Amino acid sequence: MKTILKVKNLIMNFGGLRALDHLDIQVREEEIVALIGPNGAGKTTFFNCITGIFPPTGGEIILFPPKKKSKRANRLKPNKITEIGLARTFQNIRLFQNMTVLENVMIGRHCRMSSGIVGAIFRGKATVKEEEQVVEDSFKILKKIGLSEYVNEIAMNLPYGAQRRLEIARAMATEPFLLLLDEPAAGMNIQETKDLNELILRIRDEEKISILLIEHDMRVVMSLSDHIVVMDYGKKIAEGTTEEIKNNPVVIKAYLGEDIDA
Amino acid sequence: MEYFLEIFLGGLTRGSIYALIALGYTMVYGIIQLINFAHGEIYMIGAFTALIVASVLTMLGLNTISILVLASIAAVIYASAYGFTVEKIAYKPLRHAPRLSALISAIGMSMFLSNYVLLAQTSDFLSFPNLIPELKFIEPYSHIIRSNEIAILVTTTAVMIVLTFIIKFTKMGKAMRATSQDREMAMLVGVDVNRVISVTFIIGSATAALGGVLIASHVGQINFYIGFIAGIKAFVAAVLGGIGSIPGAVLGSLILGWTESFATGYVSSDYEDVFAFIFLVLILIFKPSGILGRSESRAV
Amino acid sequence: MNKLNEIKKSFLASLWFMFLTFPIMVIRVNTVQKEIEWRWQNMFFVGISVFFLSFAWRFLFRQMASGRKTIEAGGLDKISLMQQIMNEPKMYYPILFAFTLFAATFPFIFNIYQVNIMTTALMYVVLGLGLNIVVGLAGLLDLGYVAFYLVGAYSYALLNYHFGLSFWLALPIGAFIGALFGILLGFPVLRMRGDYLAIVTLGFGEIIRIIMENWNEFSFGPSGIANIPRPGFFGIEFSLQGSIIFMYFFMICLTLFTIFIVNRLRNSRIGRAWVALREDEVACQAMGIDRTKTKLTAFALGATWAGMVGVIFAAKTTFINPASFTVWESITILCIVVLGGMGSIIGVIFGAFILILLPEYLRAFSEYRMVTFGAVLVIMMVFRPQGIVPDIRHRFKHQGSMVLGGKTKK
Repeated sequence: MKTILKVKNLIMNFGGLRALDHLDIQVREEEIVALIGPNGAGKTTFFNCITGIFPPTGGEIILFPPKKKSKRANRLKPNKITEIGLARTFQNIRLFQNMTVLENVMIGRHCRMSSGIVGAIFRGKATVKEEEQVVEDSFKILKKIGLSEYVNEIAMNLPYGAQRRLEIARAMATEPFLLLLDEPAAGMNIQETKDLNELILRIRDEEKISILLIEHDMRVVMSLSDHIVVMDYGKKIAEGTTEEIKNNPVVIKAYLGEDIDA
Repeated sequence: MEYFLEIFLGGLTRGSIYALIALGYTMVYGIIQLINFAHGEIYMIGAFTALIVASVLTMLGLNTISILVLASIAAVIYASAYGFTVEKIAYKPLRHAPRLSALISAIGMSMFLSNYVLLAQTSDFLSFPNLIPELKFIEPYSHIIRSNEIAILVTTTAVMIVLTFIIKFTKMGKAMRATSQDREMAMLVGVDVNRVISVTFIIGSATAALGGVLIASHVGQINFYIGFIAGIKAFVAAVLGGIGSIPGAVLGSLILGWTESFATGYVSSDYEDVFAFIFLVLILIFKPSGILGRSESRAV
Repeated sequence: MNKLNEIKKSFLASLWFMFLTFPIMVIRVNTVQKEIEWRWQNMFFVGISVFFLSFAWRFLFRQMASGRKTIEAGGLDKISLMQQIMNEPKMYYPILFAFTLFAATFPFIFNIYQVNIMTTALMYVVLGLGLNIVVGLAGLLDLGYVAFYLVGAYSYALLNYHFGLSFWLALPIGAFIGALFGILLGFPVLRMRGDYLAIVTLGFGEIIRIIMENWNEFSFGPSGIANIPRPGFFGIEFSLQGSIIFMYFFMICLTLFTIFIVNRLRNSRIGRAWVALREDEVACQAMGIDRTKTKLTAFALGATWAGMVGVIFAAKTTFINPASFTVWESITILCIVVLGGMGSIIGVIFGAFILILLPEYLRAFSEYRMVTFGAVLVIMMVFRPQGIVPDIRHRFKHQGSMVLGGKTKK
């Protein structure tokens, strides 16, 4: 299978602190990769680096968008990286709180639209068509994610689980080839988690989007992942299939006896 | 050479005053990450209180030293009271609101206070009595430095030492440092965050009031608008040194004081106020964390 | 018991403020004549008013806390009266008609003085709508907005003085130079956080004014520029009265034009990007929005209106000097936006009329203007940050997956 994200020797320093230490990670087409590790292992920092929020201190990040040339993403701005086709959600939900659910998704389509100031003022045929298309596309996405009942709600009034799903819907709207999910199941109850599992699998199978996720809930990780990467202190300490990771003594030690099967 | 020395010392005094005001900005920012726009007004109110108290006491026929002491004490008490009240009214209710709201509230408070003094007092410049006695041994050098300026330097140094002591060694200082590191965490381990914030405002306001008394008796006149300009400049100094850092505030103030002093002494005095702004824009573009500030890593 | 407690609280607050305001409110020194005036009555007034205001303060606080709870519990945000009117053509058209009739006949019913004030109010509506793009929609606290207003005014005054440029030519040029300055200010502040942005823009406004005061060769310094011609209309020269009425109608047209443009911008791809930027800068970038471009367009499109109104101001007063462009002016415009409701067009219109007309008609209170504006900013932020007429987000209708009238709602 084709590789779509290749991270080589990634280093990130904050002052004297090394948050990421020579990290190598690969994601292949239509794969679900889980990134696990104790708190403070540098998982979210890794997301921030590859999405351009922190410029990495060293190393290589290479993206391979389908049907296009590969791109080095080390020094690109976040919006450029999203344009290439990497989208993410946030650990602590970061919706546009005072906008409606639909508008949140429409924002996601921003970089796939082209109308400018002149279009906005004169509202020519092209702009009108584009706007209608965006509304329709956004509806479709919301339906797919199962949020169609909330379309015109203000985002911050949504129940917690729905907010998490909206984050995913918004990221989907940017038409990514790789979706980064930062603890999508955090704070969800059993039923919500189960629905989320199904949703993630559907996104991969129906939309052909690869997924890289950070997750602490081992049930989610074990049932979804094709491949698991374990981090500790900014380093990759193990990687492999679910079976390999379950039986890896280094991983068990890193979790200090935490029952990873639970 | 003497001209140079005069300008150098002028810059040093100017910088010391900025430092007294900048401390308040930097401490408040360190704790609640808000620019207290009303801080300049607190300084102005301190100066006005001193003027009013000094005038009343002069009529009663007290001697200069006791007037100086009593007026300074009154200024410090009142400025602290205002600082405390401003926080309770304009900032505390907005602690969990978006940052924009708190900023607008701060601007509003600043406008309110300066216009309140304008209405209750006057828009004219009031002449401020020279409260600091001329010292005999200074006289031969009076063309270079006056006892006023010495008083400013001594007070600033003393305030810095006391403040450093408070923050480094007292229990309240420890609570302040904890709150500025992580407010939630500090709350969890039993720090009374509301009290810490109030104390921070009180200390900041008190030092600003001292600055107000000293500069007013140095310059010799005050009006309701002095807080605005001084406030902005002290803020520039705080940012220059690295907002949130106390030694940074002092360093930034001295640099700004010297820059202004030399620029007006050797270039032109028309654009005195412009230098500070140009400085500010340049720092914020090239080194937004300031000279001694920690570079912030944004939490995502 | 509870009531007693409330009274005690108010009483203590009143004592505290009597202490607090004692030196400033009670004593007044005249340093020239060495006299001291004691105004004990002020202390009494402060005590009484704080006693009652303190009740109001706590009442509003409880009100707000319970309001927040109902939103959290109910989920659905309530639909305001304004929105009901907007949604109901039966209500909407008569009101619109009444407004048009009033606006059209206004100069013929009221005297010239009133017309002049109304023109000023309309100018502030346009200024408010312009600043609303920057502060209300994009969430960038610009405290130097008056700088663009100054730039527009001086563009017309100087271009007319040196080259005899007419008002009609100067209007787009002023708007353009305003936008240019908007971008000029936008560049250095692009990467700054909100609070730094506020103070830098504040400084920018002051710098421009100080330069105008000191650069005599260019701007004629503090004495300003006089004899700026009023606009004609296709060669018609107006009398003083005719010109004031003409200005009024011109401002009505410009206001409608501004509302039209700002409304379209707001409901466009760019408008959404502005709001997203205000809501969460990091998430906004992560969704593929170019932060630089979005901020610069907000600054430029906001400044355009200030530049344009600046030209009109110069033509209306026929005399300008730097003293008209102080930071108070920026604060007044900010206050209009905040009081009306950040992001809300109808709100800003209300805000401008309230804040500009009220001090004009309540002459006795006009000296309390700035003190009130300051208080308004604080009180609005504490109790009603969304303003008197909150911004209403666009709702889209749909049936199944089909979209009906997805573009407009009315």
